[in-house]
Parts: sequence; C-alpha cells; structure tokens
Amino acid sequence: MELWFSEKHTEGVKFSIQVDQQLYSAQSPFQRIDVFESVEFGRFLTLDGYMMLTEKDEFIYHEMMVHVPMAVHPDVRRVLVIGAGDGGIIRELTAYSSIEQIDLVEIDQMVVEACREFLPQTACRLDDPRVTIHYQDGLKFVRHYENDYDLIIVDSTDPFGPGEGLFTREFYGNCCKALKEDGIMVNQHESPFYDVDALAMQRAHKRIVESFSISRVYQAHIPTYPSGHWLFGFASNRYHPIRDLRARDWKKLELTTRYYNTNLHRGAFALPNYVQALLEDVEHVELD
Amino acid sequence: MAGGDQRRAPIVEALQTVNRQRIVPFDVPGHKHGRGSPELTRLLGESCMRLDMNSMKPLDNLCHPVSVIREAEQLTAEAFGAAAAFLMVNGTTSAVQAMIMSVTKSGDRIILPRNVHRSVINTLVLNGAVPVYINPGSNERLGIALGMSLDDVRRAITANPEAKAILINNPTYYGICSNLQAIVELAHAHQMRVLVDEAHGAHFAFSPNLPLSAMAAGADLSAVSMHKSGGSLTQSSLLLCGPAINPQHVRQIINLTQTTSGSYLLLASLDMSRRNLALHGNEIFDKVTDMADYARDEINQIGDYYAYGRELVNGDAVFDFDPTKLAVNTLGAGLAGSEVYNLIRDEYDIQIEFGDLGNILAYLSIGDRIQDLERLVSALSELRRRYRRNRADLPTFDYISPQVVATPQEAFYSEKTALPLQEAAGRISTEFVMAYPPGIPILAPGEAITRDIINLIQYSREKGCFLTGTEDPQVGSINVI
Repeated sequence: MELWFSEKHTEGVKFSIQVDQQLYSAQSPFQRIDVFESVEFGRFLTLDGYMMLTEKDEFIYHEMMVHVPMAVHPDVRRVLVIGAGDGGIIRELTAYSSIEQIDLVEIDQMVVEACREFLPQTACRLDDPRVTIHYQDGLKFVRHYENDYDLIIVDSTDPFGPGEGLFTREFYGNCCKALKEDGIMVNQHESPFYDVDALAMQRAHKRIVESFSISRVYQAHIPTYPSGHWLFGFASNRYHPIRDLRARDWKKLELTTRYYNTNLHRGAFALPNYVQALLEDVEHVELD
Repeated sequence: MAGGDQRRAPIVEALQTVNRQRIVPFDVPGHKHGRGSPELTRLLGESCMRLDMNSMKPLDNLCHPVSVIREAEQLTAEAFGAAAAFLMVNGTTSAVQAMIMSVTKSGDRIILPRNVHRSVINTLVLNGAVPVYINPGSNERLGIALGMSLDDVRRAITANPEAKAILINNPTYYGICSNLQAIVELAHAHQMRVLVDEAHGAHFAFSPNLPLSAMAAGADLSAVSMHKSGGSLTQSSLLLCGPAINPQHVRQIINLTQTTSGSYLLLASLDMSRRNLALHGNEIFDKVTDMADYARDEINQIGDYYAYGRELVNGDAVFDFDPTKLAVNTLGAGLAGSEVYNLIRDEYDIQIEFGDLGNILAYLSIGDRIQDLERLVSALSELRRRYRRNRADLPTFDYISPQVVATPQEAFYSEKTALPLQEAAGRISTEFVMAYPPGIPILAPGEAITRDIINLIQYSREKGCFLTGTEDPQVGSINVI
C-alpha cells in the first residue's frame, strides 16, 4: 500500500509526501484541518490541503520569523503574534526571558487544539504564563490597539482563504498603529518563484511599503513550501534590519538555534536579482 | 389564494427539462447553445449559454404567460403577499413605468416626493401625467433626504383632491421608511392609488424584523428590485399588485414597452431567488441585519464616524429604518463621503455602493462574509488615522418648491432653445438639473426657472456638488421652452 499526500504547487507542479497514517482530520468553521504522519518529514499539518509545517523543517521558518527581529530590537517586552496556532513562533519567543507578554491571535481554535494534541513539537510552549491566546480575527484584534507592542509577527496562511485579510493595506496600517514608535513587524511574505505566489508577494510588499518607512525582505530555504524559496518581510519606522543588528548582544544570550545565526541574518537580506526586481517593481524608492 | 409549493421553481425546472431533451435548435438565439459563439461560451460558461433560450411551448411566453411563467408569477405573488406579480426583465425602471402608467394617463395628477428616482419623472414624459411634489424633508446633520411626513401628504391630498395616485420611495437608498400604512389609509380614503418604489426593499416581505413591505401595508402597486437585495441577476425585477388592481390591465401596460424576447437567464434568476427568499429569507436577513449591526457598532467605536441605525426613527419622516442598510456619515472625520468612497477603493481595494457629500453606503447582502466586514471597518479606521481633518460642516441646501408650469411631457416635446443659466430666469426648463447631494432635482422638465433656483444651482456648484441632467454636461446652459 502506498498513501501519498499531494499538494499542487502550481497547475502543473505537484509536491508529494508518502504518508504512513493520517492522525487527524476535521472541518472547522474556517477551514479543513489535517495532521499526517510520514517517514520522511515526521508529522505534518495541512490547512485546506496546503502544507503549513512539517516536524522536519519547521525550525527554519519559525527561527527566521523570530530571531531576526529579536536580534535587532534592543528591548522587546510586548509581542503580538497573529496566526501561528501551531505554537512554533511561541516556542521560539519564550526562549527570551526579557519578553513579558505574548498575545497570540488565532482565528481558529480547532487548529490550536489539534496542534496541542498531535504536534507537541511546536505547541509545547503555548501554556507559558506569558502567553494569552485570543481566538479572534487578526484584522479585528489589531484594530483596537495603539502604540502598544514592540514586535508584531504575522504568521499568516496564504492570501486565499481565512488569511486573506492579513495581506491587506488596512491590516498592515493597523499593525503600524498598534506598534510602538520603534516597533518591528515581521510577516510571512510568500515566495518569489512561481507566478501566482510572486504576485501575492509583490502585493504584500507594496502594501507594507505604504505603511512603514523601512521595509526589507529576507529569505530562507524551506523544502516543503512551493519552490522551497521563501521570503519574510521586516518592517519598522525606526530599525534597519542590518545596520541596527546587535550581533554581539544576541550571541550573549546563548540561545540554541539550528538555522539562525547572526552571519546568516546579514546574508538573508541579500536577495537574488530577479527577486530585487520584483520588489522594486512595486516600490517607489530604490532598495539600498 | 391557494398556497403553492415555494420549493418549486417552475421556470428553472422547465429550462432544465428542455436542456436535457437535447432538442435540435432551429430557432433563435442564433448562438445555438453557445456553439456559434465559442469565445462568449468560454467567457460565460456552457451552462449559461445552454439556458439562454427563447420562448417555446414548454417555456411559456412572458408577454402572455399561460404555463410555467404564470406559475412562477403566482408563486412570486404568494411569496411577497401580493394579489398578482409580474416578472420584469427591463429593469425596475420598467416596473416603475408600468406602475405609473397603469393608474394615470395624460393630464392626471400624481403626488410624488421630490427625491423620486428619475425613472418616475421620465415616465411622466412618456404618459403626460402631471406631478405634484412633496418636499421629503431632510436630516440637516447627516445631509440625507428622509421619508414623507404624514402631514405633508395630507396637505398635498387636500390641495389636489383630484389626484389619481401617490408614489412613495420606501425605503430610501439610506434605509429610511415612511409611515406606509397611514399613507395608504389616507390615500385610499380619497380614492387615490398608492404606488411604492420599493427598489431597495425586496427583503421586507421576508422577515418580521424588517419594516413593513408595501403589499403588507396595503399599497396598490410596488416595484421591487430583486437584483438588489433579492439576489437575482442585474436588470431583473418585479412588479407587485394589490387586490384592487386589475392585473390584466397591468399586463397590457407592461406589454406596451416590454421586450418580446425576454431573457430566460433573467427569468430563471428571478424564479430561483424568489424560491430562496421564500424558503430561507427570514434567516438570511436576520443574518444580514446582525452583520450590519455588528459593523455599525465597530464603526461607531472607531470614533468620528457615525453609522446610523434605528435611533433615527422619529415616528414620522423616519417612521422606520431598514437595519440591513449600512450607511455611515463621515463628516466627523472631516472627510466627504465621496472622498472616502474613492480612497477606500483606490487604496484598500474595497468597492462601496456610493459616497455623497457627507455619507457612504456599503451595500450588505447574503453574499457578505464577516471577514470582509472586518476589512471594511479596518479600512475606515485607517482612513481616519491617515486623513482625518477638522470637521467640516455640511452646506445646507434650501428646498425650493417647484412651480410646475407645463407637464414634463409638454416641456420635453416643445420647441426649445439653449440659454446661459444666468439668463434663464422666468423661462420654463425642458430638462432636469440634479445636484448630488442631496440627490433631489432642483429642476425638472416643465418647471419655472426662478432667480432663487439659479442661485441654488450656483451655490450647489460652489459647494462641490455633482450637477447633472442637462444636455450641457457643465450645466452652464439650459434648454428652455
């Protein structure tokens, strides 16, 4: 018997993982949630059939979303995380003792429950006393805060489905408002490679550039996402991701990471020419 | 009337049967199930093209319905609480025309609120009836026209006892309702027919939590835009008749101007949306009301905006309010409604129904999702953060009672000359001058042009109103008799 999970990365490209068994399947009010067990990637979570994370490569994504801004901002105390019901972002954040409060806003309670049960590798720190989970639409939550957070991490799904509102100008604008003056926003920024993803990536970038004076994009290699080449956004009205990197301070924390280090931090912002061109296409200013 | 089975959709069922029979088409339309227009078929889809059929024995005939269209019309009448109903394929404009032409003829008087849709006055150009206008009154703070006050109606009826009919806009675009039931009683006591432009109220008949529908209030005729809140295709509409109206006469009037090639796509959409409203309307509109109420609360929490609702109700010119309408006054944020309308589309990819000088209207329906409302609310919040200015008060627009010197028909068909606006005092206009806002005609064909009116047009222009109606797009000159 061979059982395979397949996801179409484009109309003509398919990505498949052999499945040992299906651990969970449910339809929530927002989406279909599945958890599978595989030999190659361990357990993995899909939403509406789209790959969210695998046990084998989730560390890349979560480390890059968290440690990049944490190595730049000198004093992160209050963090807002939007999406991220799997808990991976939370796990990385709770390693920092300086953080006092983490608000996790996830629209779908069933995602959190499924991950608590089947993906303890990522959900393991959701009960940290600093974490408050709000089951709410992220767009709605962030609208009600002003000058409140040091860091906002937007761990959204793709811009088709429940995550749609997290790719809009009104959302990024509201994030800008909810951040303190020197706050940083980091977001999942889609992929530059396939046309449909690249369009979503350009749109998101355009919307962020309109709301923040500093908006830079960085990359990582994530094998189970379409094309494997994935981007993240770094936006702030104060800090530049490279000029304001505090490499020595960060190293002093002696955190254990498998992907992130401060040399890679600098390198991650060096983008291929075609990606730069896609970004410049929607910017009014040149990248420096 | 015996209750029909509202789960049925006779026209749709007949179309599906004919479609399954794979009949060889040697009739129109010439695209022959789409095969003759392959590009159009790719664009619209094969099922759409296959259902685009012409009248034939199993599909009945819209001009003289005897089978499936007749059944669909009966089901529609029952669903809306009407004595008879007509499926309309030439827009609600055609329903308004048929309604007026069914009860008035050349020289007859008809009482109208001044903010009627222009299709009403255009109908008077067609049939020669004489308008008697009532000032609808307005809410000065919001800058919107209201419903008809019962006292104003009484005065108009007393002054024009020979009038044949009275027409009411109910609800207005903004959701304002008049005291329909009292107006109906008053008008009927004076042997006048009551016509209701119910273009924005297709949902009223389907929920006890909504304002009274025209038929429930005892009105004689009502024009209902099914394609607005009812869910059917654009241009499809309904004309409803009360028990005192002879439907055969109305049918004859409709056939004066209606196409003889009624679109079955439009008819099928009317049939299906009637079924949907009859079966699920109550829960659908409760849900839409909940969404609108939620959005109102959230928008009012942002600050400076005013999303108004039932609190406007005052027992008279605002007798009731349609809670599915989401209208927002934007002046508190120092923004014109038209500015918000443009910014929210250009910068936030959100298309709303309209923006006037002081308000925007977001049209809510069963097709909406709560996450889209979150976007709307968040975008309004962002617009306030980014563009807020000191509050600018609305200019106030005086209502000038029109002097109807000639009927719209006489004026429209008379020999005319164009005069610069400033030199037109004392003449009779042959065309409209409309100013948005407030969306009430300043002049209609057949009305005297006075110095006051010229000044009002100038003032409206200076205040940034959008002026339309004249042949001259700038409204610098005007055609007069």
